[in-house]
Amino acid sequence: MEIPYTDKPRPDTGLYNAKLGIWLFLASEIMLFGGLFSAYILLRVNAAEGVWPAVKLAWPHGLLNIPIGTFNTAVLITSSVTVVLAWASLKMNNFARFRMFMVITVFCALSFLGIKSYEYNEKFTHYELRLNDGKAYTGHLIVNGEHPGFWDFSKVYNLEQLKAKTNVTSIKFTADPEKAEGHGHGEAGAHEHKELDLKTDQIAHLDAFLPRNHTFFAIYFTITALHGLHVLGGALVLAYFAFPGAKLWKTHPEQFTNRIEVGGLFWHFVDLVWIFLFPVVYLL
Amino acid sequence: MSATHTSTLPQHGQGHSHSHDAHDHHEPNFWHKYVFSTDHKVIGVQYAMSALSFLFFGFLLMLCMRYQISHPGEAIPIVGSLMERVLGEAASGGKMSADLYNSFGAMHGNIMVFLAIVPLVFAAFGNYVVPLQIGAIDMAFPRVNMASYHCYWMGGVTWFTGFFLPGGAAKSGWTSYSPLATVAEFGHSFNGQTALLVGLVLLITSSLLGSANFIATVVQLRAHGMSWMRLPFFVWAQFVTAFLLLLAFPPLEAAGILQLMDNVFHTSFFLPTGLVVGGSQLPVSGGGSPLLWQHLFWFLGHPEVYVLVLPAFGIVAEVIANNTRKPLWGYKSMVYSVIAIGFLSFIVWAHHMYLTGMGTKISTFFQTTTMMISIPSVIILTALFISLWGGSIRFTVPMLFAVAFLPMFGIGGLTGLPLGFNASDIYLHDSYYVIGHFHYVVAPGTMFALFAGVYFWFPKATGRMMNEFLGKVHFWGSLVCMNMVFAPMFVQGFKGMSRRMSDGGAIYFGKDVAYGADPGVLKLNNMILASALLLFVFQLPFIFNFFWSIWNGRKVTSDNPWDATTLDWATPTPPPHGNFLKEPIVYRGPYEYSVPGASRDFTPQDQKDPKG
Repeated sequence: MEIPYTDKPRPDTGLYNAKLGIWLFLASEIMLFGGLFSAYILLRVNAAEGVWPAVKLAWPHGLLNIPIGTFNTAVLITSSVTVVLAWASLKMNNFARFRMFMVITVFCALSFLGIKSYEYNEKFTHYELRLNDGKAYTGHLIVNGEHPGFWDFSKVYNLEQLKAKTNVTSIKFTADPEKAEGHGHGEAGAHEHKELDLKTDQIAHLDAFLPRNHTFFAIYFTITALHGLHVLGGALVLAYFAFPGAKLWKTHPEQFTNRIEVGGLFWHFVDLVWIFLFPVVYLL
Repeated sequence: MSATHTSTLPQHGQGHSHSHDAHDHHEPNFWHKYVFSTDHKVIGVQYAMSALSFLFFGFLLMLCMRYQISHPGEAIPIVGSLMERVLGEAASGGKMSADLYNSFGAMHGNIMVFLAIVPLVFAAFGNYVVPLQIGAIDMAFPRVNMASYHCYWMGGVTWFTGFFLPGGAAKSGWTSYSPLATVAEFGHSFNGQTALLVGLVLLITSSLLGSANFIATVVQLRAHGMSWMRLPFFVWAQFVTAFLLLLAFPPLEAAGILQLMDNVFHTSFFLPTGLVVGGSQLPVSGGGSPLLWQHLFWFLGHPEVYVLVLPAFGIVAEVIANNTRKPLWGYKSMVYSVIAIGFLSFIVWAHHMYLTGMGTKISTFFQTTTMMISIPSVIILTALFISLWGGSIRFTVPMLFAVAFLPMFGIGGLTGLPLGFNASDIYLHDSYYVIGHFHYVVAPGTMFALFAGVYFWFPKATGRMMNEFLGKVHFWGSLVCMNMVFAPMFVQGFKGMSRRMSDGGAIYFGKDVAYGADPGVLKLNNMILASALLLFVFQLPFIFNFFWSIWNGRKVTSDNPWDATTLDWATPTPPPHGNFLKEPIVYRGPYEYSVPGASRDFTPQDQKDPKG
């Protein structure tokens, strides 16, 4: 006994089972990301003036790398095109072309994740500094002549960690160029980096751009990480379809083509989330 | 696990060699048959047995709490020393600390809602009955179905680890309100609350896999002739419930992830600026919003109430139509009502938040929608009441539970109205009145429907009837005790007794405190405790009856022992893998009882000629 409509559509609904299943799953995903985007809106609207003194704004702005983000958007859109081409190749009975396009898709997905990790690392080694006299800066920290890296967790310094290290009494801080008041992108104005020599007891607050630093970073890291997990999961499934799962093509070509369509629908969704995410966190 | 014993009979007892599936030629081993089974009936039974166990455990937690409320500062007899040995410091001297009381309260709520009632009413009954009633051979995605159960099970285990983590299990109420849920054990990143949130993510995954599967199954796998208005009402109720789970749960998952970030990575999603705990400012960035948590939580929390109730309506409708021997009154208006409830339940959530200061305009909006949603609920209940009118009622055990459901759920629903008006809610909020209200909805409401369902479908699942006498003892004992437990809570609530006190509010009612409250209501705690213990005693006949009847109950003589009309009774007993011997074709609506001119007083949906 076989479950009906696994490959052929049911006449009165016009759908095969998995296609309905994936649309339902995506509806649920929309509610998940919808919840997170609502949280973003509420947190941003309620953000108090001056919580982020380094740029004199209630909500940090212009701290993310827009050129890289744009490039990553292009990478993801490319992968969305190639996944459709992969499916179309199967419809035209050309398995070799399918595999080629699928490999490109997975390659794009992995590139996206690679670029994203580079961006993450950039944030984890970027600091916000406030002094006792009220001055505030963003920039890079130099302790004992080296930049603290992220991957060694013990080196991500906040003020308490710094003070706990008995041999550190002073630090160097490379401050970012001043930004024009109220505008994020510091094209105009001074471009030079300022080197500061500071005693630790001059510092009121020091922390890297970590989720705990500000709700902006909290929501940025949470949504992009969850999106990244979706990219990773999608890449794994598509890679499975391209290689070990492709055996099904020989025995049940129609069902295999349906799987690619369903996987492609998920992939478009992942792309679509990023299309919303990019302007919301990078540009607005 | 005992879960699996019920289904030993189904697989072996009958010799239907119907299967053309190559996989079935060799006898599957224990693991494939009971743990990694993809058969919707086995999964239904797995869900039922796990959920019944969780139900029992949740009940035991509550008994400990009830004892402590009515005997503040005294050691709990019998289980007190056991608790001390297992949980250590928190139960020193066999007494529950206030923290432990809070843990038990939070876990009682969470276990009952997410591990017991929803899995039982939706996953267990839905899995077993829905494919049978629509004439399908299985769910649309059997392996997804199996994954759903496994996620559920892992989620449950994760929750239980909470009891042994530093600080004990989650103790911030079943609602896990922030900032309390984050600051309660701020020193430990991995505490009971973290375990609760991780488990919650697993349970939400399980519910997502289950609900998408249900919808796909009902849409795609209906038998020939099973048009939408020929679906049994139970299937409609499950169908709408699946949409609620599919769409309402993900925002809670979002909230859970955010709170997990707060607890583990010390973000401030739900922590406001300048939060002072224990005299010093919390070392977090601030800038978050506690209200955000409540919005996201109740966006699930309210549809969840209907997840508990709609399938119960479905079970009751099936049992009532069958035992009154007449069609449901107003089947179509019931269907439209259940759809209306589904839509409206998404826009009533903030009536749980009148006291948060979210603003009177918003309160007014949610007060209006809350009153609107009571209309379709009342339509369904009224239709069920009218269905009794003029029927030749058979008072079988499932029917007793189904009939008792109607007034009990009525009390639960009507006592909700004063909570839905924000003026009266200001007084009643957070009092024992609220506890009384929602327990009337869930305990003598939904759980009576569940018992009705167990007694009703037991003969289909096992081929044997449950004992009638023990069933009646179980019913009458439960009916009386449930009312004696929950009715006094309304009185306590009116008198202003708070729901959050580990001593039941003894401090506040003491003679040193001039609240003008009547300390007499504390005496009701003793009555509630006695009734709760008696309620426990009256569940023993059910537990005994359940297991005894699997092997020793009276054998059914027909595949359709209740003379029912729906397709679930057209299968062999117990239904084999693949369910039907031949593809069922549906000719008529679901409740053709006592049709004039028909040869019998019921005409099954797959019978072509009523005179045949």
